[in-house]
Amino acid sequence: MLSQLGEEAKLLAGGQSLIPLMKLRLAQPSDLVDLNFISGLDTVDKGSDEIAVGALARHSDVADSDVSGQVPILRDCASGIADIQVRNRGTVAGSLAEADPSGDWTPVLLTLDAQLHCLGSQGSRMIALEDFIEDAYSTVLQPAEVIRRVRIPIPPAGSGGAYLAFKRSAQVYATASAAVQLQLQLQDETCRQVRIALGCVGLTAARATQAEDFLSGKHPSAENLASAAEAAVEDAQPVSDVKGSAAYKKTLLRALVRRAAERAVRRARGEQLEGGHEYV
Amino acid sequence: MSEAIPTVPIEVKINGEACRDKVEPRTLLVDFIRQQACLTGTHVGCETTYCGACTVLLNGRSVKSCTVFAVQADQGEVQTVEGLEQDGQLHPLQKAFSREHALQCGYCTPGLLMSALHLLQRNPCPSQSEIRKGIAGNLCRCTGYQNIISAIEKAAQEMGGRKTAEE
Ligand SMILES: Cc1cc2nc3c(=O)[nH]c(=O)nc-3n(C[C@H](O)[C@H](O)[C@H](O)COP(=O)(O)OP(=O)(O)OC[C@H]3O[C@@H](n4cnc5c(N)ncnc54)[C@H](O)[C@@H]3O)c2cc1C
Ligand code: FES
Ligand code: FES
Repeated sequence: MLSQLGEEAKLLAGGQSLIPLMKLRLAQPSDLVDLNFISGLDTVDKGSDEIAVGALARHSDVADSDVSGQVPILRDCASGIADIQVRNRGTVAGSLAEADPSGDWTPVLLTLDAQLHCLGSQGSRMIALEDFIEDAYSTVLQPAEVIRRVRIPIPPAGSGGAYLAFKRSAQVYATASAAVQLQLQLQDETCRQVRIALGCVGLTAARATQAEDFLSGKHPSAENLASAAEAAVEDAQPVSDVKGSAAYKKTLLRALVRRAAERAVRRARGEQLEGGHEYV
Repeated sequence: MSEAIPTVPIEVKINGEACRDKVEPRTLLVDFIRQQACLTGTHVGCETTYCGACTVLLNGRSVKSCTVFAVQADQGEVQTVEGLEQDGQLHPLQKAFSREHALQCGYCTPGLLMSALHLLQRNPCPSQSEIRKGIAGNLCRCTGYQNIISAIEKAAQEMGGRKTAEE
């Protein structure tokens, strides 16, 4: 249907980005195709080795689902986006398609190596999230292509992760954010499969690969976590804007990466911790 | 310049009563509720998905009705502040808001009541911080929130208490 309507037609999911943009005339689609009347798209399913988040699964569906208890970084993210009204409408897939550089899902799902199952007139394809976002507000999706589901590999046993976002209030996007996911090796408690991603750092969220490499194989001592945070900040290139100067954001990022890493380690050891977004 | 925009018939159950009318596809749910269903308890504060004055329950979930199209509520159920009162009796949340001085100008109140209702339906016994999180999408420029939080706390106790009395 989207392909028949032409390139100016748009898909409507939660409408929590698109409707505000249409009011501002920043988006002027010729037609809207509303996904909300298709049933069965709002699922959050756990398979043996992956979690599949349907195209219409809302942030609050993810926050409430059992799977986000098992992969707590998902709940950290889902339960803190904006406010409950926005979470009751806005979808994970819509957030990724929107590709806002300050969006919360991209850094979190980058640490989990998420794949997007997309459907278009050319058929279906899997796109790694790494390759999906091209630039701020721009993805590799073709005009009539939709995200059918987001597929998230379940982290191996002994893993832990945490997401921390720093916001001025519930309704605004984060000023800076950090996601950390890692596995602790049972025998010697060294960090494996380390993934660190930062939000609000320029045009797209980005992995901090230097910091990941630094922490891999190391013991998660306070000193090592602080050094990893330092390495992550060296990688990062946040830009100055109304939310703060680049230097301020780097200071925030340093603390967020360190604290998210500490939480990830505690969770990997089996501790139950609440958390996620922090307001000033 | 104004071309007639084709309208679509919709049917929405508002506070239990079916409401049928035609709307333009771009009509926002809040405008349908206020102007076509003539229920003006739901307010428009900002129209930018920020203030929460327009909060209603759509199919049991709180939403900002300025950021949902009316056509999206077709065949759905909406609950507004007018639906809180039952048989001439104010809802325990409304009574607690009045008793605890949780409103001054009252502009934010309908939205806050609906957010509080949604919160208590999901979590009948919320902590103070859960209440704060539950109403984070509703701005109040008058009260400073303290009395709103204590009103929700009191209403929760009362509603919980009433439940045990019924059992
Ligand atoms: C007040 C407020 C505060 C917010 N704060 C935050 C925040 O702190 N962090 C955050 O991450 N987000 C925030 N958001 C955005 C929110 O998460 C949105 O829900 C999200 O960005 C878009 O999801 P949606 O389902 O509402 O998409 P829509 O608004 O319906 O669509 C957005 C775009 O994605 C496209 N699209 C939607 N679904 C698909 C699909 N399945 N396949 C292909 N394309 C699709 C649409 O065509 C459109 O171009 C906020 C929104 C508001 C209103
Ligand atoms: S009027 Fe809808 S959020 Fe303010
Ligand atoms: S009572 Fe005036 S805005 Fe809340």
